[in-house]
Amino acid sequence: MEMIAVWLKIDEERVVQALQEAREKLDGVEGEVALDFSSVNRIDPSAIGAMEEFAGMADRKGVKVVLRGVNVGVYKVLKLVNLTSRFVFVS
Amino acid sequence: MVASEAVQERVQVPLTAESLSAERISYLGKLVSQARTAAAVFTQFTQEDVDRIVKAMVLAGLAQAQHLARLAVEETKLGVMEDKVIKNMVATEFVYNYIKDKRTVGIIREFPERNLVEMAEPIGVIFSITPITNPTSTVLFKCIMAIKTRNAVIFSPHPNAWRCCSEAVKIMYETALKHGAPEGVFACLESHTLLDNAYLMRHKDVGLIDATGGPGAVKAAYSSGKPALGVGPGNTPVYLEKTADLNTAVTDIILSKTFDNGTICASEQTAVIDDEIYDVVLKKFAELGTHICNEKETELLARTVIDPKTGFMQPMAVGQKAADIARLAGLSVKPGTKLLIAPIQGVGREHPLSVEKLFPVLSVYRAKSVDEALKVCIDVNHAGGLGHTAVIFSRNDEVIRKFGEVINAGRILVNSPGSVGAVGGVYNDLAPTFSFGCGTGGGNSTTDNVNIYHYLNIKRVARRTQAHMWFRVPNQIYFNMNAVENVHQFPSRSTIIVTNPALEKFGHVEIVRRYIPEGTHVHVSVIPDAEPEVKVVMQGVEALNFYKADQIIALGGGSVIDAAKIMKLKYESPDADLEELAAPFLDLRKRVIQYPTEKMNRARLIAISTTSGTGSEVTPFAVVTDKERGRKVTLADYSLTPDVAIVDPQFVMSMPKGLTADTGIDCLTHALEAAVSSFASAYTDCNAMQAIRMVFKNLPIAYEHPRNEEARSMMHNAACIAAMAFSNASVGVNHALAHAFGARFGVAHGRANALMLPHVIAYNASVPTKFLPSPYQKGYNAHKKYATVADLLGLGGHTIEEKVKNLVAATEQLLDQLGFPRSIADLGISKEEFERAMPDLTRLAFDDPSWRSNPRMPLMSELAELYWKAYQGRGPAKVASATQQQTA
Repeated sequence: MEMIAVWLKIDEERVVQALQEAREKLDGVEGEVALDFSSVNRIDPSAIGAMEEFAGMADRKGVKVVLRGVNVGVYKVLKLVNLTSRFVFVS
Repeated sequence: MVASEAVQERVQVPLTAESLSAERISYLGKLVSQARTAAAVFTQFTQEDVDRIVKAMVLAGLAQAQHLARLAVEETKLGVMEDKVIKNMVATEFVYNYIKDKRTVGIIREFPERNLVEMAEPIGVIFSITPITNPTSTVLFKCIMAIKTRNAVIFSPHPNAWRCCSEAVKIMYETALKHGAPEGVFACLESHTLLDNAYLMRHKDVGLIDATGGPGAVKAAYSSGKPALGVGPGNTPVYLEKTADLNTAVTDIILSKTFDNGTICASEQTAVIDDEIYDVVLKKFAELGTHICNEKETELLARTVIDPKTGFMQPMAVGQKAADIARLAGLSVKPGTKLLIAPIQGVGREHPLSVEKLFPVLSVYRAKSVDEALKVCIDVNHAGGLGHTAVIFSRNDEVIRKFGEVINAGRILVNSPGSVGAVGGVYNDLAPTFSFGCGTGGGNSTTDNVNIYHYLNIKRVARRTQAHMWFRVPNQIYFNMNAVENVHQFPSRSTIIVTNPALEKFGHVEIVRRYIPEGTHVHVSVIPDAEPEVKVVMQGVEALNFYKADQIIALGGGSVIDAAKIMKLKYESPDADLEELAAPFLDLRKRVIQYPTEKMNRARLIAISTTSGTGSEVTPFAVVTDKERGRKVTLADYSLTPDVAIVDPQFVMSMPKGLTADTGIDCLTHALEAAVSSFASAYTDCNAMQAIRMVFKNLPIAYEHPRNEEARSMMHNAACIAAMAFSNASVGVNHALAHAFGARFGVAHGRANALMLPHVIAYNASVPTKFLPSPYQKGYNAHKKYATVADLLGLGGHTIEEKVKNLVAATEQLLDQLGFPRSIADLGISKEEFERAMPDLTRLAFDDPSWRSNPRMPLMSELAELYWKAYQGRGPAKVASATQQQTA
């Protein structure tokens, strides 16, 4: 399998659906995937749940997940629910 | 080697009183007993007494500042003597400056505009743990606070700082005693262990634990079951944002990080520096006597000062000089190096130097953006420093605000050193302290700089406040025969007359038209239903918009006038949501929903009533039916009150007998309920009482002799006057019962009121099962008010009970005269049907807000009882059947 950086832009209105799509794309991927969160200004509990599931699946597949453009407010939320250690954050 | 609090606390010791000897327990008990006695005696001291003692102690502390600092360094082997002198002086002089003018005895704060006073109640006995890092300064600080607040303290110093702390306690105690403090007010444990601490923390006579120590001590304090103050660990991030004054920032950070060799837990731990200024900043650090470590040196340093197993700082490094630490780590630095700076690439176990380091080692991180910088600061904050302190150097207010938002720290210091800044009173206006509360982040009960108010129970003496009331009615009311002529004085470009078909047919609309100024465009909008619905109201709004009306004349009974009120509301504020505006409320002044004040259009509302009943021409209420949802929409706001009311009896001369009786009794119910309402005032009482008199005198005449102008005029005025009363005093349980019953069984409102009225008078006049909280009334007065009504009506009676009985009888007689049925049963409603309806009726009646101003709070069972009484009635029917009555 080739190592592909899969880019998926996450829209604020459909974070959960986007992450579900991203999970589907994990099959057959090695290396790392990158998710663009630059349009997400705030997240809700369902989005947090979706991120946890996504991180879990990525862990099982040995795929590193990079989150790009996460704003400070969202970062703080992820910190408070102990999710920041599951991802790599880039600007 | 000196153990820090953090390391010592990790030693597990079984903490049970059974482990203490009887002798030890006796010793501890005696200390507590003496302290308790001292605290009790202390409660008699005045503010002048305590202030005199405090001042003397402060002066004594200042005089011994150097002696105590020297002792502290000698014993603990931590810190810098000169810096400890400053700490001792801050703990005395600066704390004194903060507290000297503050009241801590008797009344401590007054809020006259709120009728509120705060008074002080001492804690009693405080068990205080003090640290190794700031031993004597913490003792001085707590002694001064304790005396200022009339408390006694038993100190438990860190075992490796016992000598200097006990010396500090001795100095404070002897000075306090000399100036009149009670014996036993201070004590210092000797040869103590964690078992002693555990015992005292649980002692029944200890009122508060003040634990300025490591995490273990703080946790023990909070777990003891006693009220506690604690502190938390720090891991202070300092953000150097690119707009910062770099000279100030670098100097302040060095000053702070080297103060007392970095032993103040608020000192900076990791400097996060914007990329644009990173190199310049490091150059400035280097110029001021710091050593910038390279990668290898950073690694060596980390291995030396951070325990690889635990990830925490090594105790042996705490409070040591930079040069000594460098030597231990095998680093070669210039003589006089005051601070070691270690660049790191992240936060966490992989970056050992990103944790708290209570010695002169500062980590630095290069951040490529503000976003990255804030995130790294969050990471540092969360890595063992939640709730403690954070520092930012910046001139960008937006960044400073964002920093404050995202960092969880009790002290967020701007453009000042962390350690000395957090102490308070030196660089800012924070309360001076040596105990930094870290809030829930640090497992503490406060984020405050602990101060004198934490050593007090504050009592609030709240006097009964008389809330201001109101009396709001239309600013123009025209009454008596031909009052409609006054319409002429209101110029208008475009007028809509809102009315019902019958009134148009009777020619009443033409009468009104006659007086509308010439040149006014007039359109008539007819409300077809007796209970107008929202759809019809909105059609009326369309007409208002189409004709660009600047005046609405509502000519009709309550329904027509209510419809016109809502039309005006929607015309003036098209975005007004009726559903939202109809939201329930308890107190008009505190209601959640506010009626719109911005108006797109403006129209004067003139209300001309054609019944002598609802008084809608002067009320702030409006009811329409939402047929789609099958419910009534009730609006209540003074902005709905018509601008002008015209009470012209010519429009009621042809009211049929049944309508005369129904609306007349509705008027009487309004007046009686307003009279006894918990919102009644002198302003509403005079209106209510007058209306009652007018009804009793004139309603029977108007009923029997409908063409009697005098009686009709008096009744028409009575309806308006009663409405002025209840618009401001509201109604009561009679209306709540009538609303539910009337809606369920299709009984006219006035008739439904009539069936309940005598029973409700008797109910309200008797001793309540449950009183309703009412800030506007003093005492229960309903029975006295009814008695006053009886007197006004000349009904006789010597006692209140007799007068009330006479009033009930007079009301029943009036109802008989008007041909009302004597019972609900007389309406042809079967007992079974009524019984089936009862649960819904009582529930709906209880949900009705009308009863909330009733003088007595109705229980559900009492509502049911009232319904049954009304069902059974007041004796055999003396009148025609209900059917006959309704067609009269």
